[in-house]
Amino acid sequence: MLELIGLTWDAPDGRRILDDITLSFPSSGITVITGPNGGGKTTLLKIVMDIEHPLKGKVLFDGEDITSLDTTERARMGISYGFQTPVRFKGITIHDLLEIASGKSLEKEDVNRLLAKVGLCGKDYAEREVDQTLSGGEIKRIEIASVLARESRIAIFDEPEAGIDIWSFSGLISVFEELKKGDVPVLIVSHQERLMEIADRIIVIEGGRVSMDGKSEDVLKKLLPSACPLKKNGERV
Amino acid sequence: MKKESEEIMRIISEWKGSFDCPYSIREDGKSIDRKDFGDVRIVPKADNKGLDVYVKEGAKNARVAIPSCITHSGIDEDVYNDFHIGEDSVVTIDAGCGIHSEQGMSRHSGKHRFFIGKNSHVTYLEKHVGLGKEGAKRVMDPYSEIHLEEGSTLDMEVSQIGGLEESHRITKAFLDKDSTLKVKESLLTEKRQIATTDFHVELNGDSSNADIVSRSVAKDESKQEYTSRIVGNARCTGHSECDAIITGKGKVYASPALDAVNEDASLIHEAAIGKIAGEQIMKLKTLGLSEEEAEERIIMGFLS
Ligand SMILES: Nc1ncnc2c1ncn2[C@@H]1O[C@H](COP(=O)(O)OP(=O)(O)OP(=O)(O)O)[C@@H](O)[C@H]1O
Ligand SMILES: [Mg+2]
Repeated sequence: MLELIGLTWDAPDGRRILDDITLSFPSSGITVITGPNGGGKTTLLKIVMDIEHPLKGKVLFDGEDITSLDTTERARMGISYGFQTPVRFKGITIHDLLEIASGKSLEKEDVNRLLAKVGLCGKDYAEREVDQTLSGGEIKRIEIASVLARESRIAIFDEPEAGIDIWSFSGLISVFEELKKGDVPVLIVSHQERLMEIADRIIVIEGGRVSMDGKSEDVLKKLLPSACPLKKNGERV
Repeated sequence: MKKESEEIMRIISEWKGSFDCPYSIREDGKSIDRKDFGDVRIVPKADNKGLDVYVKEGAKNARVAIPSCITHSGIDEDVYNDFHIGEDSVVTIDAGCGIHSEQGMSRHSGKHRFFIGKNSHVTYLEKHVGLGKEGAKRVMDPYSEIHLEEGSTLDMEVSQIGGLEESHRITKAFLDKDSTLKVKESLLTEKRQIATTDFHVELNGDSSNADIVSRSVAKDESKQEYTSRIVGNARCTGHSECDAIITGKGKVYASPALDAVNEDASLIHEAAIGKIAGEQIMKLKTLGLSEEEAEERIIMGFLS
C-alpha cells in the first residue's frame, strides 16, 4: 500500500503547487487522479518516484517510510512509473529497453507479447531504436510497455492516453481492464473519461489540494454534470 | 600465437580459435600465419611492410581477416595494406588491431588504401583496443585512403573501444559517379587519453553520396577532436554528423567543414556535444538501474 502524508511542494518560482496532500492507495484496483493542467499531478507522481523532492511530507510504501530512498531503490521495491513525456535514447532498441525494464534477457516472443499489448507489432518495432524517429504515439506505447515489462507492486502511469489515436484507444483501455483484474494496484493520471469509467476511484487535484475523492461513478457524476448519468444496470438514460 | 594475441583477436575479430575465411595474422611486426583461397589472394609486401589483398571481380560474399596484434612495448610500426577489389564483387574486410602492453610505449599505424572497382560493395570493419597495465602508452594511428569507382559502395564501421592513450585517425575518400561511402565511427576515451579523427571526403562524381556518422564518448579528463571536410565537386549529397557525450572533465572539439564547389552539391553537417541528458539517467533509474549502471548503459548503446 502506498501512502502520501502531508506532501507539500513549491515550484522554483515560489508558487505553492501541492499543499499538504495526504492520500493512501489500497493494494488493488485502479485509481485515476485528474484535475486541471498545471495542478501538480505529474509533480505528485515524481515525488512518489523521488524524481522531485517534497518540501514537506512523507512517502510510505507497505508501512515503510521510503522518503529518504532514491529512485533506484524505489524502483527495486516494485514501484513502476511511466513518464508523461517519454525519454528517447540513441542506440538503445525497444528490445533492449524492455530487457532493462524487466531486469532479465527476453526472447523475441516475450518482446512481441509485450508490444502486442500496447498495439505494436514486434516484427516492425522490436529492433528499432527508442530515438527521435519514433512518433509521439509510438513512443508513448513503448513507455507503457516498459512499465508492463516490470515485476511491479504498484504501476503508475502519467497520461497513458496522450497521443494514442482514437482507433487504438479501446486497445489501450483493455490493457488497463486486464491490469484491473490482476492484484497489482494501478495509479493513473488522466484526463480521459473512458479511463475514469473503468477506475474504481477518482481523485481530483485542484489548487494544490484534493478537491474530490471517491468512487468513480460518484466523482464522475459531479465532474461531468452535463453527461447522461448511468442507470444502475449500466445503461444510459 | 601468444596468449595476449589470442585475447586481442577474440575482441577485435570473429576469430574463435581459427578463421574460416582467408586471413593473415600479424603479431609483433611479423606475419605469423596466412592462408588465402577462393576469390581472395593475399600477397605480402617486402620486409613485413604490409600486404596486398586482391579480391577477384564478381566475388560473392567474400571475407578476409587481417588482424594485427602487438603484445609488448617497444614496437613502433607503420604497416601498408592495399586492398584491390575487382568489379561487381561483394566483400567484407575485417581489419582490427590491438595492443597489449605493460609499460613503455607501443605504436601501430595501419595505412590502408582501398581501390574499389565498379559496382562492388565492400564492408570494412576496424575495431581497435588497448589492453594491459595502466601507465603504458599505447598509440594507434590509422590512415585510410579510399578510392570508390563508379557505382561502388564502402560501408565502414570503425570503433575504438578503449585502452588507447593516443589515436590519430585520418580517413580520406574520393568518390566517382554513383558511388557511396558510409562511415559509422565510435570512439571511447577515458582517463587522460587523446583521440583525433579527421575526414577528408571528395565527392567528385554526379550522384555520389557520403554519410559520415561519428559518435564519441569522452570520459574523465580525456580529449577528442573531430574535423571533417566534405567537398562537393559534383551533383552530390554529403552528410556528416558528430555526436558526442562528455562525462567528468572530458572535452570534445568538433570542427566540421563543407565545401560546396558545385552548385548542385547538397551538403549537411550536424554536431551535438553534451552531457548525458539527466532525464535519460532518470528513466533508467525508474527501471531499477543505479546511476552508474544507467550511465554505462546509455554510453554502451550510444557507441553500439
Ligand atoms: N521545474 C519546474 N520549474 C518551474 N515550474 C515547474 C517545474 N516543475 C513544475 N512546475 C510547475 O508546477 C506546476 C505543476 O506542474 P505539473 O507538471 O505537476 O502539472 P500537471 O498537473 O501534471 O499538469 P498537466 O495536466 O498539464 O500534465 C505547473 O504550473 C508547472 O509549470
Ligand atoms: Mg502532468
